[in-house]
Amino acid sequence: MTTTQWSRVPSTLKPGRHFMQGDEACAEGAIAAGCDYYAGYPITPASEIMQHICNRFSDMPERKFMQMEDEIASIASCIGASWAGARSMTATSGPGLSLMLENIGYALMTETPCVVVDVQRAGPSTGQATRPGQGDVMQARWGAHGDYEMIVLSPWSAQEMYSQTIRAFNLADRFRVPVILLADEAVGHLREKVEIDDQVRIYRRTESGPDGPFVGSGIPPMPRFGSGHKLLITGSTHDDWGYRRTSSPEAQAKLIEHLRSKILSHADEIVETEALHCEGQLDFLLVAYGFTARSALGAVQTARQGGMRAGLLRLKTLWPFAEAAVGELAQRCKHVLVPEMNQGQVLREVQRCAPDAQGYGKTNGEVIKPQEILRAMREMLT
Amino acid sequence: MIRGTTESIRRMIRPEAFPTPFCSGCGHGILLGAILRAVDELDWDIDEMVFVSGIGCGGWIPSPHFAADTLHVTHGRPVAFATGVKTFRPELNVVAIGGDGDIASIGGNHLIHAARRDVDLTVICANNLIYGMTGGQLTPTTPQNAYTSTTPRGNHERPFDLCGLASAAGATYVARYSVYHVRPLIKALKKAFQHKGFGFVEVLSSCPTQYGRRNALRTPVDMLRHFKKTCVTAKRAQRMTPAELEGKTIIGELVKG
Repeated sequence: MTTTQWSRVPSTLKPGRHFMQGDEACAEGAIAAGCDYYAGYPITPASEIMQHICNRFSDMPERKFMQMEDEIASIASCIGASWAGARSMTATSGPGLSLMLENIGYALMTETPCVVVDVQRAGPSTGQATRPGQGDVMQARWGAHGDYEMIVLSPWSAQEMYSQTIRAFNLADRFRVPVILLADEAVGHLREKVEIDDQVRIYRRTESGPDGPFVGSGIPPMPRFGSGHKLLITGSTHDDWGYRRTSSPEAQAKLIEHLRSKILSHADEIVETEALHCEGQLDFLLVAYGFTARSALGAVQTARQGGMRAGLLRLKTLWPFAEAAVGELAQRCKHVLVPEMNQGQVLREVQRCAPDAQGYGKTNGEVIKPQEILRAMREMLT
Repeated sequence: MIRGTTESIRRMIRPEAFPTPFCSGCGHGILLGAILRAVDELDWDIDEMVFVSGIGCGGWIPSPHFAADTLHVTHGRPVAFATGVKTFRPELNVVAIGGDGDIASIGGNHLIHAARRDVDLTVICANNLIYGMTGGQLTPTTPQNAYTSTTPRGNHERPFDLCGLASAAGATYVARYSVYHVRPLIKALKKAFQHKGFGFVEVLSSCPTQYGRRNALRTPVDMLRHFKKTCVTAKRAQRMTPAELEGKTIIGELVKG
């Protein structure tokens, strides 16, 4: 029943160099990954993703686009379409993610693959709709109620808006989970070069045979509606066949442990980081992600020109947290600084691995500049 | 085998689902049977249908009873989930089922927008006039002056006319019956299933446990008699004065696409 699920498919864009906005690159990544259902609701600064997908889908009759009445309906219809066999996606910003979280929890509980893009803006509430922020890191991790593990990716360029969107689809199908691509306004609205290969590597979910939709350990195959399986899908605590088990302590414990372990036992496969200028002993380690990692890299390069041994660890995956990579590098350096456009949401995770790490948090709706990071580094040295 | 009989619909019910979670005297079992009888009388393959339901007693009508693809979703959202299923797989017959809390209160926005879009769905609202599962609170369809656990001095709010709401929003087939009117209900369900476009069927369902006992309709029979007494057909209602229609519920096919 199970076959190899990895394959290479031709790119949907002409291979070569393109000049693209981050949001458009995200839409192109979804199309390349085989996204065939998109539902969304307008919101700044993510609307361009929906508009670009809508235009491109209009020439692809087998792919369906819906503009829904709100973000709740958008994620709901994506989950419904996923059970009907689609590779589905929605995109939003912080206020929309807040509305989607109950159904993201539903997707976690029912092990439904789908991709949710959050192009973060300055919050809370309406905040500054056209300004960048990174304040949704913890909302993306813990926003739905209950206990679970979450996969959250962080792109730092238009190129990664493309490639990480493809990766989000692959991880969603591989682990039967909703995956959040946590971008920010600065990356979403950035226009820059994007290199397109002639092929894209994609993972397609395994469709099950007559066994139940939640049977077995590891990642169960995922059947689809309309195949005669008589599927019982519920967000209530359920057994391997989908029957509600709402008063069994054993069923609840088993299900929650399954949702946790299917992610954490594959952390090596999920968690990606990029270490830049991190060879040998370091005086200074910056841990950064998203747009802020670009400024951090600028700060590292300037610091190194001035003779300081500085390096950058870029988090491409925010959740599960890159504990091993952070812990290993932190051991080789004197100072650790975490610049981010919030008041320390990733800093406290870094401090679990490097208790002396310090943060540079900026929450005025502006991106962090390299000079500010350099100043913060110098202050730590005095 | 004769279509529409208990024997004939048994193959569409999961035997493991029994005993049902419904209270004795609950009308939802009658509606459950009516839905399956409609499927059976149409001679439809239930494996080509998807039943999407929400949270509350009404959400339990298809899940887990129906031996079919069922998606038991979050509170209020069955119509939105169903829209995704239907849009991606138009060849499947998709039915959304929920109670008055699900469809009219928390999910009211999805109802009107699916009706406006004329999504090819059937939405069935099992309207028992109250939140049954959570302890008998007021819903948007609770009649005026009725007692609930959150209206101890009677309901002062005006209830929704759900069928009026659905038709104003653009639903192209709309019908209302009660669980007392089983034969015409089955007929309406068959028409709603076959209808190309958005079909809405409101079904008044008895809840002696939460609604009846607070409103002098203590037994299941009292509740059914109440529906028999207070429901008038659309045809008859045309000949009645506003004073005569006071406290009455109009039943029948109200929009016939």
